[in-house]
Amino acid sequence: MELLTNVLAATVVAGTPLLLVALGELICERSGVLNLGQEGMMLMGAVAGFAAALSSGSLLVGVVAAVMAGIAMSLLFAFMAVTLAANQYAAGLALTIFGTGLSAFLGAGFVGSSIDGFSRVAIPLLSDIPVLGRVFFNQDALVYTSFIAFAVVALFLRNSRGGLLLRAIGEDPEAANANGLKVLLVRYLAVAFGGGMAGLAGAYLSLAYTPLWTENMTAGRGWIALALVVFATWRPERLILGAYLFGAASILHLVLQGLGWKSSTELLAMLPYVVTILMLVLLSWNPVRTRLNTPLSLGQPYRPGS
Amino acid sequence: MGLCMTAAIRLKLENIVKEYPGCRANDGIDLTVEAGEIHALLGENGAGKSTLMKVIYGVVQPDEGRVVWNGHAVQVDNPAQARRMGIGMVFQHFSLFETLTVAENIALSLPPDEARNRSQLNQRINEVSERYGMELDPRRYISTLSVGERQRVEIVRCLIQETTLLILDEPTSVLTPQEVTSLFATLRTLSKEGCSILFISHKLEEVRSLCHTATVLRQGRVSGDCQPAEISASEIARLMVGDDTPISTRVTAAEPGEPLMEVSGLGWKSKDPFGTSLRNVNLDLHKGEIVGIAGVAGNGQDELLKALSGEIRADAGTICLSGQNIETLFPDQRRKLGVAIVPEERLGRGAVPDMSLADNALLTASGQGLVERGLIRSGRVREFSREVIRRFGVRCTGENSTAGSLSGGNLQKYIIGREALQNPRLLVASHPTWGVDVGSAVAIHESLVKLRDEGAAILLISEDLDELYQLCNRLGALCDGRLSPLAPTSELHIEQLGQWMAGEFESTEVAHAVA
Repeated sequence: MELLTNVLAATVVAGTPLLLVALGELICERSGVLNLGQEGMMLMGAVAGFAAALSSGSLLVGVVAAVMAGIAMSLLFAFMAVTLAANQYAAGLALTIFGTGLSAFLGAGFVGSSIDGFSRVAIPLLSDIPVLGRVFFNQDALVYTSFIAFAVVALFLRNSRGGLLLRAIGEDPEAANANGLKVLLVRYLAVAFGGGMAGLAGAYLSLAYTPLWTENMTAGRGWIALALVVFATWRPERLILGAYLFGAASILHLVLQGLGWKSSTELLAMLPYVVTILMLVLLSWNPVRTRLNTPLSLGQPYRPGS
Repeated sequence: MGLCMTAAIRLKLENIVKEYPGCRANDGIDLTVEAGEIHALLGENGAGKSTLMKVIYGVVQPDEGRVVWNGHAVQVDNPAQARRMGIGMVFQHFSLFETLTVAENIALSLPPDEARNRSQLNQRINEVSERYGMELDPRRYISTLSVGERQRVEIVRCLIQETTLLILDEPTSVLTPQEVTSLFATLRTLSKEGCSILFISHKLEEVRSLCHTATVLRQGRVSGDCQPAEISASEIARLMVGDDTPISTRVTAAEPGEPLMEVSGLGWKSKDPFGTSLRNVNLDLHKGEIVGIAGVAGNGQDELLKALSGEIRADAGTICLSGQNIETLFPDQRRKLGVAIVPEERLGRGAVPDMSLADNALLTASGQGLVERGLIRSGRVREFSREVIRRFGVRCTGENSTAGSLSGGNLQKYIIGREALQNPRLLVASHPTWGVDVGSAVAIHESLVKLRDEGAAILLISEDLDELYQLCNRLGALCDGRLSPLAPTSELHIEQLGQWMAGEFESTEVAHAVA
């Protein structure tokens, strides 16, 4: 029981950065913009957050700096992909390469430093619930932030006018424009939200998960998040499931190794990726539901009035 | 009195000029629409109708001229402003979101405070749709609606915003005859209540029965104003096309020969959840006849064409050509047996836009001795291409011009000519005169009839009922992937065809069987 609780709690921790970045990308893609620059934005968030927290001594300043760095990177992308209507794939890949390089350059001086990261805060009463209390309500502030972000995104998409606008623009920007909706503005906001969330996810890695900076510390989570959004068929409730599934599988392989499981570590390290994708593929069987949630204009540049 | 006069004129355009690079789309157009008037705007493709509508609706700004709205000169900066002024527009291609519901679609074009209360909005939608006889369920997804129902959503959306000028762009081209009747009833009610309607069309009989006045455009200018009910359709057509173009084809009666093609039990399941599946299609074609397939777009026309051409492989049924089952053959093998296809999209499927006309000829006519031992005989290709251009009156600078540089009508003449010169036994043509000028349409009709008289069987898929009635000796209709029985054109009343287009034909079959 103790082991199970620990494993589940660690699952939530491991799934959180993925959840944060994927929620941002989900909103971005729902507007019809595919931003492949997640990895680059996360790394910039991680290094900016770590540097700001180290020099100011305040974790909150670190988080704010990380979010700002993510937004700044995403606006760079938005300028290329939305304003100039450049190819979104190329612009996104460029952003990842740029972010990876720039974060390594900026962070060179911080390698080896360490800070006291976010610590766990037990929420009174809720954390006393058996098992679940320890798993969900004895975590750090950023994990709670991810819960809130999930709820906000899910409600926004389902119940708000803003969510309706976003879905409409993602489906058909020409028709949206003909209806007088501000396509470019909404896409900018969606891309910026995605950038902010990627920055936050980066901050989670460098300020909470492992409170230090190493080059390329995101280890492909940005790419997994991109796959997660697709296999979750652009629905937040599946996204959170997928993120935690990935978290669970990545913890499992550590646990299995700890228990003396005799198998190649490389094979075990593949586990989270394989399990997550298999599970989500199985879940996305219903073509009508999938079609209703897929942003049709995804990846297509849009120029108003052409 | 003076005030009264100005109030009665809802919209006045004075000397509107709009120039695009290389083309003066509107060249000094004047137009006046009174309150409660149903005003037709007529003209061929490229006459400047769409540009003029875009000017009124604020999509583009005129280079010169004045727009006067209810007596005040205005500048319409964008569609949102036009809607606030009371101008509503229903485009030919609807601007609806398929994955949203009717109510959500309408909510998107309303101010936020009016759209917030969903049950109130649903009630308003129900009120408006009942009042004007346009039944709608606000909770349904657009993707589940028929084209006619989608048009109702567009119109209801305009009416909810208290529109006083409703612009309809070719509204009847997607409707069955019965739906047209009910649309006209709605429009007449609206007009009685004082709403002005600008009705864009090229179907003259409809304009004559519905509209109070008409303005005819030709080459960017007004070529005439008239009261359509008082002059004949051919007089209006003259105004549209000018003096030197033939406006109709004389079609001689067909003399069908022996059976050529027999399609039985053809079925195909679409993988797209919103796509159309073909269901138990039965069809027979004789040599020397044209058989027409009517139907509202998206009811399986494209799928039927693809199943006949071999682009999709049917799940069930057979396609027999002179007794040989060709269902299992690939498109090129079918082509060798004399099956020619003219698809709906000229650019992209009928021809490659960036390739020259000569190279485009090679795409389907390579079997005509244009390729020998795997090598292209470019001399013969050019010769073949020039032959098509000469025989079918394609207006272009030569066989080296790219397909994309030709007008729709000329490219279509080229594509039909390319197929016709290969002496096909069976030609399947989809919407061959869609978006084509009157002159080219006549030329295309003549080529089809000539091909028929030479003994080919032609399957003509079209939404244009006039065209079908004119050319075909037997007609049927597709609805939701099912094909109605085929009846001789002379015995098929348009009402009956309309019912078939709406899918009511099992009962008629039974009735025939009983009788």
